Amino acid sequence: MSFEKVAFEKDSSRALKDKKLRKALVSVTDRFRAARERASAQVGDWNELRTRGREIKKETIENLDKYLIMLEESVKRAGGEVHWAGDAAEACETIIGIARDGEVSSVVKSKSMATEEIELNSAFERAGIKVVETDLGEYIIQLAGEHPSHIIAPAIHKTKDDISLLFSEKLGIPYYAEPEELTKAARERLRSEFLSAGMGVSGANFAVAETGTIVIVENEGNARLTTTVPKIHVALVGIEKLVPRYQDLSLFLTLLARSATGQKSSTYVSFTTGPKRDTDTDGPKEFHLVLLDNGRSAILSSEETRESLYCIRCGACLNNCPVYRQVGGHSYGWVYSGPIGAIINPQLMGIDKAPELPFASSLCGACRDVCPVKIDFPKVLLDLRKQVVDKKSGTNRVGWHLFEILGIKFWRIVVEHRSLYEAANKIAYYLQTPWKKGNGNLDSLPYPLSRWTNERDFPQIAKKPFHKRWIRIKRELGEGKNKT
Amino acid sequence: MQNKLEKNVIKAYIFVTCLVDTFFPEVGESVVRVLDRLGVETEFLEDQTCCGQPAFNSGYQDDVRVVAERFLKVFERVLNEGSEKEVYIVCPSGSCTSMVKVFYQELFHNNLSLLNIVKKISARTFEFTDFLVNVLNITDVGAEYGGVLTYHDSCHMLRELGVGDTPRELIRSVKGIEFTEMEMHDACCGFGGTFSVKFPDVSVSMLDEKIDCITKSGADTVVSADMGCLMNIGGALSRRKIPIKVMHIADLLAKGGKVS
Repeated sequence: MSFEKVAFEKDSSRALKDKKLRKALVSVTDRFRAARERASAQVGDWNELRTRGREIKKETIENLDKYLIMLEESVKRAGGEVHWAGDAAEACETIIGIARDGEVSSVVKSKSMATEEIELNSAFERAGIKVVETDLGEYIIQLAGEHPSHIIAPAIHKTKDDISLLFSEKLGIPYYAEPEELTKAARERLRSEFLSAGMGVSGANFAVAETGTIVIVENEGNARLTTTVPKIHVALVGIEKLVPRYQDLSLFLTLLARSATGQKSSTYVSFTTGPKRDTDTDGPKEFHLVLLDNGRSAILSSEETRESLYCIRCGACLNNCPVYRQVGGHSYGWVYSGPIGAIINPQLMGIDKAPELPFASSLCGACRDVCPVKIDFPKVLLDLRKQVVDKKSGTNRVGWHLFEILGIKFWRIVVEHRSLYEAANKIAYYLQTPWKKGNGNLDSLPYPLSRWTNERDFPQIAKKPFHKRWIRIKRELGEGKNKT
Repeated sequence: MQNKLEKNVIKAYIFVTCLVDTFFPEVGESVVRVLDRLGVETEFLEDQTCCGQPAFNSGYQDDVRVVAERFLKVFERVLNEGSEKEVYIVCPSGSCTSMVKVFYQELFHNNLSLLNIVKKISARTFEFTDFLVNVLNITDVGAEYGGVLTYHDSCHMLRELGVGDTPRELIRSVKGIEFTEMEMHDACCGFGGTFSVKFPDVSVSMLDEKIDCITKSGADTVVSADMGCLMNIGGALSRRKIPIKVMHIADLLAKGGKVS
C-alpha cells in the first residue's frame, strides 16, 4: 500500500456500486455487532470496565516514556533484544537485518496491522526473502494481492466464491465450494511453511512493561505457531500497545475479546516473555521486539487528539459505524479503516495526505458508544477537521473547497447581523422560485446543492419565517387567555 | 411543578434554530402552542440567528466562536430575568441544543469568563421533549392524532444529550395513535449537516437503509425531534413517492385535544 493521497469520496462511491461487497458488509457488521452487544451485556459492570480501561490507557500514554524504558529493560532481562524504529523504513530495515543475520530465506507471519503499516511484505520480497501470511484471512488477501479491509477480519470483502476461485487459480487445486475444504487446503499449505520458515513475525495486542511479555490473541492457532516454531521470533509493536502491569491484562483481555468478536476469551491467548529458556523444551532461540513509532509520538504531542493512542484495535467502532457499513475498509485508503481509520490515518500519514477522512463521518457518535476505552471520536474528528481547515489542505475537490470557504464567510456575516439575516431570508425565498415544485419542495438545485437534490427533495424556504410570525402568535395567545 | 404551572411562573425563551425559522416555522409555532397550553409563558428574542453548528462541524472553529459569542450575548438576557419567574431556554432540536450545552464548552474552554456564561446558559437550556418531561414532569400533553407512528432517534440528541426516552413517553401518551419501534431506530439517517452534500453517495446509502427500516416498521408517520434528520428522511420519501409522512414531535404534540 503506497502513501498516495486518500481519495475517500472517489473510492467510497466505487465501493457503493459493489453489491456483493455491500451485502457482505451488512452481514458481517450485523453479526459482530450482535455478538458484542450480547457479550458486553453479560458483564454487569461493562461501562465501569470501559472507564477503567480508559483510565489505565490514559495513564500509560501520559507516561509512555517511562513505561517504554521499563518495557525495554524487562525484555532484555528475559533474554530478548529490543530495537527502536522511528519510521516504516527503519522498521523494515531492522527486521530484514535480523533475517539476514539469521540467514533466513523464508518467513511466516501472523496477523499484524503494524506490519501492514510499514509494508513489511514488500520489503521482504525486495530483499529476496519469501514471506507467507498464516492467518487465513491475511493468507487470502496475500494470494489476491490486496489489503485488509477490516482490522480483525481482513478478508470480509471477499465472498466464498471469490475465495474458491482464488484458491483454485493460485494454489492449483480444484474449485472447492465448501469453507471447510478451503480451510483444509490452506492449512495443508501453511503447515509446511511453518516447518520450513527460519523466522516468525508477529504483532502484539499488548506489551506488558513490568514483565516484557508480549500478548497475542487469536482464534486460529497460527500466531502461536508463528511465534514458537521458527528459531527467530520478531514482534513488531506500536509504542501505544503498552500496558503497565501484568495484572492489567485481565481487564484488557476481557474488553478486547468481548468488543472484537463477542467472545468471552479468544481461542488462543499467547503470553511470550523472551526467547526459549534453558529449561524449556522448545521455542525460538532469539526474540526481538521492534518498537514502532511511525508518527505515534506526533499524536502523543497533541493534547486534543492524544486519546487516539488509547485504541486496542478491537474493530468495534468499524462494526457500529453506519459509514463503514456502507463503504467498507478500502475506501479509507490506508491501513486502518472505519472511525479509528478516520482519526489515525490522517495523523499517521500526515493530514495533507488524508484531508477527507476527518469528514468521512456524520459525527453520529455510535463508535464512541462501543469503544472499550471510550475514545471520544467526534471530538477528535472535529479537532482534525479544524486542522484541515487551518492548513487549507481542503478536500480532493477544489470546486467544493472554494464554495465552502466562501459559503462559511458569507454565512458568518449574515448570522452576525440580524437585519442581514432577515434580508437574506427574504431574498432566498424569492430566489428559490424557479425550482419550486407542486409538492412543496425543490427538486433540482444548482451545484453544490445539487449534491442534495440529485436524490432527495429539498424543503422550500417558508414565505413567513418564524420571526415574522411571532408577533401574530403572541397576540393570538394573549387573546386566547383573555377569552378564558 | 403543577403548582408552578398553575401560578404561571415558568417562562420559556424559544431558541427556534435557523433551520426551523427559515424552512419549518410551523414547528416553532407548535412549540409555543404546546407550552402555552401547559401554562408556560413563552418569549422569543428576535435578535437570535444561528448557534454556529454547521460551521463548527465543518472545522471553522474561529468563525464559529464569533457567532457563538453573539448567541451568548443574545441569550444572556435570559439570565438577568427578574427572580419571580423560573426561566428556561427551550429548543426544538436535539442537535442545536447539544451545540449549546456540549460543544460551546469545548469551543470556549480557554476563555474562563465566557465559559462561565456558557455554563449558566447551558444549565437553563433544554431540548423541547426533555423540557416537557424532565423539567415540567409532563408526559401527556393531551394531544390526539390518528396514525401509526415510529420514532427516529437523532444522533446528537441521543448520544450528546442522552435524550431518547422522553420523546417516546410523550408519543405513547398521544391519544389515538399506535406506536411501533423501527429496526435500527438509533442508526444515523445520513444527514450529518454538510456531510450530506460532502459525500452525497455515502449519505444517501445510509438514508436508503433508514428508509427501509421505516417502511418495514409499518408506520405511516415518522416522528423525530430534529428537522435536519426529518428534511433528509422526508426528502427521500417524497422523491420516491413513498406515502409516509415526517413530523416534528412538537407538531404531533400540538395536534388536537386540550390540556386536561
